[in-house]
Amino acid sequence: MNERRRRWFDDAAGPVVRPYAVTRGRTRSGGGPLDLVSIVVGGVPSAADRMWLESEHLRLLARCRRPTTVVDLASDTDLPLGVVRVLLGDLRDRGLATVRAPAPSEYARDETVLRMVLDELHSL
Amino acid sequence: MSFTLFEPQADARPRAIKILIAGGFGAGKTTLVGTASEIRPLRTESGRSAYGRAIDGPIGMDSKESTTVAMDFGRVTLPNNVMLYLYGTPGQRRFWFMWDGLARGAAGAIVLADTRRLPDCFGAIDYFEQRGTPFAVAVNCFDDAPRYGEARVRVALDLDPGVPIIMCDARSRDSVIQVLIAVVEHALRVNGSFV
Repeated sequence: MNERRRRWFDDAAGPVVRPYAVTRGRTRSGGGPLDLVSIVVGGVPSAADRMWLESEHLRLLARCRRPTTVVDLASDTDLPLGVVRVLLGDLRDRGLATVRAPAPSEYARDETVLRMVLDELHSL
Repeated sequence: MSFTLFEPQADARPRAIKILIAGGFGAGKTTLVGTASEIRPLRTESGRSAYGRAIDGPIGMDSKESTTVAMDFGRVTLPNNVMLYLYGTPGQRRFWFMWDGLARGAAGAIVLADTRRLPDCFGAIDYFEQRGTPFAVAVNCFDDAPRYGEARVRVALDLDPGVPIIMCDARSRDSVIQVLIAVVEHALRVNGSFV
């Protein structure tokens, strides 16, 4: 690779693989969009699962052994939210992860949780 | 089954509430998120504008065409496995269509105001009023900005009497926590359960 060509592939140029190449062009996950604060719990993939899993699927799985939100997974892996949603949809469809919609409105309007937040904020 | 699914205990399941931070360009949204919380990287997609599609998009291609943009995003981890997520919304109005997914289920919102550019808040105020999202206005008191009392800000922004207005310094953690408290209290009040 000559010097001029190499300059195209530095960190500032961003990822060499475009984000949606990872999802094979899909921009939507099956089974409806995942809320940002849906809680994901991942399983341990078998050898057979590893045949089809992309490295990004594995990175996500490794980070959701404990219940984790969709938005935290996106932040931890530095993958765009849309990509994370598609990949988590794959994992859910294959039974490798459970996704629990938190009914965010449930928390947004849940007096107990809001009061808990208020008490904690007062004590910070 | 070839894998083990970890079934979390009920207590282990995090509970999350979302607070949106809106305001004009340069009002201090990034500072506020950084002051209050553990700041975290987050990228999301920004689809092309309708204008861009009209110029260069064959029909049927638009869902694939997006660029990623960085968002202000922060997390405050509270005891009892409760998380407060703060989302800074884009300053430019043309990105607002992205909010719709974010705003869904938000407990409340902060409209950050700069007294030198109060009209920059109007769009955000309209947006939250229309959606019924409880919001508070936080006036970020920049050192060189004119100081106005709460009453004058309320008139200038044409706010309902119930909307809290807080004078704040987005660089001060104590000040930002007071703003968060005001929003959560307001959300409880709007939901009819704050005594």
